[in-house]
Amino acid sequence: MSPALLCVVAGVAAVLVLASVVGFVLERQARDEPALATIRNLNARTRSWWVMTLVLAGAVALGDAAIVVLFALLSFVALREFWTLTPSRRGDHRALFLSFFVVLPLHYWMVGAQWYGVFAILIPVYGFLILPAVSTLAGDTRDFLGRSARVQWGLMLCVYTISHAPALLMLDTGTDPVLLLLYLVIVAQFSDVLQYVFGKLLGRTRLAPGISPSKTVGGLVGGGLSAIALGTLLAPLTPFEWWQAAGMSTVIVVAGFFGGFVLSAVKRDLGAKDWGYLIHGHGGILDRLDSISFAAPLFFHLTRYWFTG
Amino acid sequence: MSGLARHLLVLLARLLVGARGEWLGCAPEPGRRIYFANHSSHFDTLAVIAAMPLPLRRTLRPVAARDYWGRTRLGRFFAEGCLRAVLLDRTPRFHEDPLAPVATVLERGESILIFPEGTRGDGEAVAGFKPGLFHIARRFPEVDLVPVHLDNLARVMPKGSLLVVPLTCTARFGASFRLDPGEPKQTFLARARAALLALAPAAVEPER
Repeated sequence: MSPALLCVVAGVAAVLVLASVVGFVLERQARDEPALATIRNLNARTRSWWVMTLVLAGAVALGDAAIVVLFALLSFVALREFWTLTPSRRGDHRALFLSFFVVLPLHYWMVGAQWYGVFAILIPVYGFLILPAVSTLAGDTRDFLGRSARVQWGLMLCVYTISHAPALLMLDTGTDPVLLLLYLVIVAQFSDVLQYVFGKLLGRTRLAPGISPSKTVGGLVGGGLSAIALGTLLAPLTPFEWWQAAGMSTVIVVAGFFGGFVLSAVKRDLGAKDWGYLIHGHGGILDRLDSISFAAPLFFHLTRYWFTG
Repeated sequence: MSGLARHLLVLLARLLVGARGEWLGCAPEPGRRIYFANHSSHFDTLAVIAAMPLPLRRTLRPVAARDYWGRTRLGRFFAEGCLRAVLLDRTPRFHEDPLAPVATVLERGESILIFPEGTRGDGEAVAGFKPGLFHIARRFPEVDLVPVHLDNLARVMPKGSLLVVPLTCTARFGASFRLDPGEPKQTFLARARAALLALAPAAVEPER
C-alpha cells in the first residue's frame, strides 16, 4: 500500500475507534429503554462498519482484481435482495437466471478487463433488448411491460450503477485510481452516517415521512454540509483542486441522498422496511449501497470527462 | 464422500438462497420430531437442512419419492447419499406397508422431514395434504409434529425448470403439536395444513 492509502485506512480506523468508544460510553449512560435501543442499534452499526471497512481494506490490499470481485459479489447479493422483495412470475424465470449468471459476470468481466465500450452499453443496450425478448418466449403477457421494467431496474440498480465504483480503476487521471474509489466510498458513506447522526441530534422537521420516516431536514443539511466539507479536505487524495473537490463531493452527497430516497420509495412500494438482514443494524447490502448506486455513475462520468486525458 | 458432498450442498444452498431459519414456535432442539413443509422446488429439502443448526441436521431424514429420486444412480446419490433421504413408494404394491421405511427411522430415534402435499406445487397455493402424515402421526402419537413454511422457493427453481435463480428463502418453524386421541383424519390434516399456512409471511407480518 502507498503512504496515501495507509493514511486513508488509518484515518478511517481512527474514526471507527472514536465511534466505538463514544458508543460504549453512551450505552453505559443510557437511562431509559428507547434511548438504549437507539444506542444499541448505533453500536451494531459501528461493529458492522468495522467489518465492512476490513473487507474493503482487505480487497484493496489484494489488488484491483480483488476489488472487482468484491463489488461483483456485492452486486450479486444486492440483486438477490432486490428480487427477493420484488414480485416476479414464472415467465420471468429465464430472464432472472440470465441477469444473475450471464449479464452480471459478463459486465464485471468488462470492468476487470477495462473494456469501457462494452461496459458502458452491455446492460442498457444489449440487456435492455435481449432480456424482454427472452421473456416473450415464455408466452406470458400478463403485466409484461411492468415485469420487463423490473428486470431492467434490477440490473441497472444493483449491477450497472454500483459497478461504476470499481470502474473508477480504469480511469487514468494521473493519481492512484484506488484513491478515487475510496474518495467516492468515504464521502458517500460519511454523508449517510453524518445525516443519521445530525438527524438524531437536531432533527425535528421530517423531510418526507411518506417515503423515509427517519430523514429530517436538519439531518440532510447538517450531514450533507459536513460531508461536503470532508470531501473538500480530502482533495489532496484526488486529481481535483479544492474547489473542484467541493463540487464533486456536492454531487456525491446530493446523488447519494436521492439514491437512498428513491430506494426507500421502492421499498415502500414493495411493502418492506429493509432490503435484507445481512448487515447487522443496517438491514441489507442494498440499504448500505443505495447512495453509491446513484453517486458512482455521476462521479465516474464527471471524472472521466474532465480529468482524464 | 457423500458427507463432504452434503456439506458442499449446504454451502451452495446458503450462497444461493440464504436459507435462514426462523424458529417462531419452537426451539431448534435435537430430538425426534416430524417436520412437515410445503413443497415447491427441488431446493426445499436442502433449504430446510441448511436452515437447521448442525446437531439437528445430523439426525434429520428427509422423505423423498422413490419413483422420482430412485430412478437413476445420480438421483439416488443426491437423495440417499448426500441428503440421507428415506425413499418412499408413492404408489405402493398390494399388501405392502408403504410407511415401513419411515417407521424404521422414527423408531431409531431420528427425525423426519416430509412434504405432505405429495408433489411440488406452483408456490402460490399449498395443496391439500395426503393422508401419509396422518398415518405416521397415528403410529407415533408421542412424537411432536413441527410445521415448516418455505417462501420464495417456487421462484428459485420452479417445477419444470433446471435453472436456479438465487432469492433469499426463509424457513419458518412453527409451534409443535400432536395428533389428538381419536381425531379424525380430515380434521387432523386440515389442522396441520392450517398450522403451516399460519407461518406464511402475510400471516406472520400483517402490516406487509
